[in-house]
Amino acid sequence: MNKCLTILILSFGLVSLGACGDNRMYNHGVYMLVDTSGTYAREMGKAVKIISYLLATLNPGDSLAVAKVETRSFTEKDIVAKVTFDKRPSQATSQKRAFKDKVQSFAKDIKGSAYTDITGGLIQGAEYLNETKSGIKTIVIFSDMQEELSKGTIRDFPISLDGFRVVALNVTKLGTDNADPRLYLDRLARWEARVRKAGATEWVVVNDLENNLESILATR
Amino acid sequence: MVNWNSWLFWPDNAALSVFALGLLATLFLYAARAPMHGIIHSTCALVSHATRFVARWLFVAADNMRLRNQSVLLAHGQESEAVLIEREFERVGDIVRKDMQEFPALQRKMLEEATRMEDDYRKCGIVPPPPPEWVTALESVAQIKSGGDIPRKLLEDMSKSIQKIHDKTIAEFRRSYEDRHKILNAIQPSWRTVEKLMGEMDKKMVTLQTNAKQMDVHMGKFEGIRAKDNKTEHALTMSSFVQLAISSLVMVIAVGGAFINYKLIALPMSEMVGASDYIMSNLKTSDVAALVIILMEASMGLFLLESLRITQLFPRIASMDDRMRRKLMIASLVFLTILAAIESSLALMRDMLIADKTSLMRDLASIAPAASDGVLTSIPMIGQMVMGFVLPFALAFVAIPFENMVHSLRTVAGVFLVQSMRGLGVIFKFAGLLFKRLATVLEMAYDVTIVVPLMVERWVVAMRTGPSAVAEEVELPKQRRAA
Repeated sequence: MNKCLTILILSFGLVSLGACGDNRMYNHGVYMLVDTSGTYAREMGKAVKIISYLLATLNPGDSLAVAKVETRSFTEKDIVAKVTFDKRPSQATSQKRAFKDKVQSFAKDIKGSAYTDITGGLIQGAEYLNETKSGIKTIVIFSDMQEELSKGTIRDFPISLDGFRVVALNVTKLGTDNADPRLYLDRLARWEARVRKAGATEWVVVNDLENNLESILATR
Repeated sequence: MVNWNSWLFWPDNAALSVFALGLLATLFLYAARAPMHGIIHSTCALVSHATRFVARWLFVAADNMRLRNQSVLLAHGQESEAVLIEREFERVGDIVRKDMQEFPALQRKMLEEATRMEDDYRKCGIVPPPPPEWVTALESVAQIKSGGDIPRKLLEDMSKSIQKIHDKTIAEFRRSYEDRHKILNAIQPSWRTVEKLMGEMDKKMVTLQTNAKQMDVHMGKFEGIRAKDNKTEHALTMSSFVQLAISSLVMVIAVGGAFINYKLIALPMSEMVGASDYIMSNLKTSDVAALVIILMEASMGLFLLESLRITQLFPRIASMDDRMRRKLMIASLVFLTILAAIESSLALMRDMLIADKTSLMRDLASIAPAASDGVLTSIPMIGQMVMGFVLPFALAFVAIPFENMVHSLRTVAGVFLVQSMRGLGVIFKFAGLLFKRLATVLEMAYDVTIVVPLMVERWVVAMRTGPSAVAEEVELPKQRRAA
């Protein structure tokens, strides 16, 4: 009888210890970079749809931030909206509504930027996601992946994306890509090599936004 | 890669080298014949003895286990039968207490009715006084020989008087009969009452007789259990199998109910304990909390049925004094009701959360909200709430099949274990037999490899001592093997 009681108490203890562990390690953190440069600003409608998909898919406790890619993107000012959803589903739903409103107002007043600083956005995103202490960290880049840096912007140094997933979304082909597809393929290969070198665990390219949106988020 | 050339004496002449190797090996095997036979024999004997020992142990253990199972089965059967007999006695006691205590009153009533009927009957027996004996007088008058007016007038007067008296007597007689008919008519309800009372008594006696028959059946079983006869044991074992099948089926249904229950409260529990808390990967705290609630409901149901003495899984509760048991029963019922109320409110919250999420999805997809019919949309919500309240109480009754399953599973598992041990024992015994024979086979197989030296040996021995000695030598190992 005493032995049974001891086993029961130990089991409860173990379960309690497990429950007291770091719960954030099972949560998603998503940082979405939206390219607003040049002609790509016209793709904003698709970006809003993807953000809606993320809002519908992410669970209470997960984190989501949307930032624009501008001339120099390594700044908090470029974060359009960010939120860590409440643990309670009802509160999380309210937060999602508010987030959606913010994104929609941003989409209405969007202004195209002259340059595209994807690397700066990546570093900013990594910083934000590291702060959230999410277990699964995903940086979504909604861009044609054509980086154009302004004069004086230095980005040719090694970056750290240890444990991150990087998803390139809606990587549209440029006019020059059509003439020589190697440019497009090289561009993607270069980015993949760069993020993998930075320590990213996964590199995913999703161009079929109708059928392949599930690839954005990794399964828990 | 093995270099076979190193084994050859003459690498250029492989055949000669192989022959030389074979010759050497044969000579070696011939020289080592006796010890090799010893090794083969000892090894096989060792394995054979070991397996036979294990087989014997398994058979003995199986027999012990069967005896233990039998005693447990009979004890449980005896207990069950004792409970049934006790219950039958209680029923008979109730009948005797409730119905038979009315028997003196019934008897008194019947006696009263009988006395009244007897009185009435006696009254019926009073006959009206017979008419006066005019007949003798008339006969005397009729015998007067001389006629005349006087006798005629006398006769006429007498006739008139007789007629008058006759009419009066007839009227009296009719009235008297009428009175007697009335009395008999009044007896009729008394007869009916008596008949009804007799019917009631008969019915009660039939019930009592049925109970007595039931008790006879149970007592027969009980005696069989006490006598430990095989027929009763077999019947109890089969009953355990049937009980296990039935209770397992009910348990499966109950598990289905519990799953529905779990689905009802898992989502709203995340509102209470947080949806992003994980105990392990894929194991949310809210899911575990919902499961704990359901298990608590089942436990409360178990305690409730225990305190009602419907189940007897906890002897401590069964042996509690009635006051404490009643307190425990009330406490269990209160907790169960509270949990049911919590579940009902969680079901309501679930509906609200789903509605909220659906609305958000519509917002995200920029779809206009669907027109809602108030009554129709509230039916699922009410249904969920009712289910949330009712399911915990339904789940409480799981304790009954659970108890049955626990008891019958012990018997069934015991039977399977005994059969498995016996089966294993047979396999080990067979293996022992095989190894015993294998020694002979291996010895003979060994001798095949050195058949040439053996033939030479036999020839040499025959040359020295004659053929009878060789035959004896051949017979000797056979006898040893047979031994």
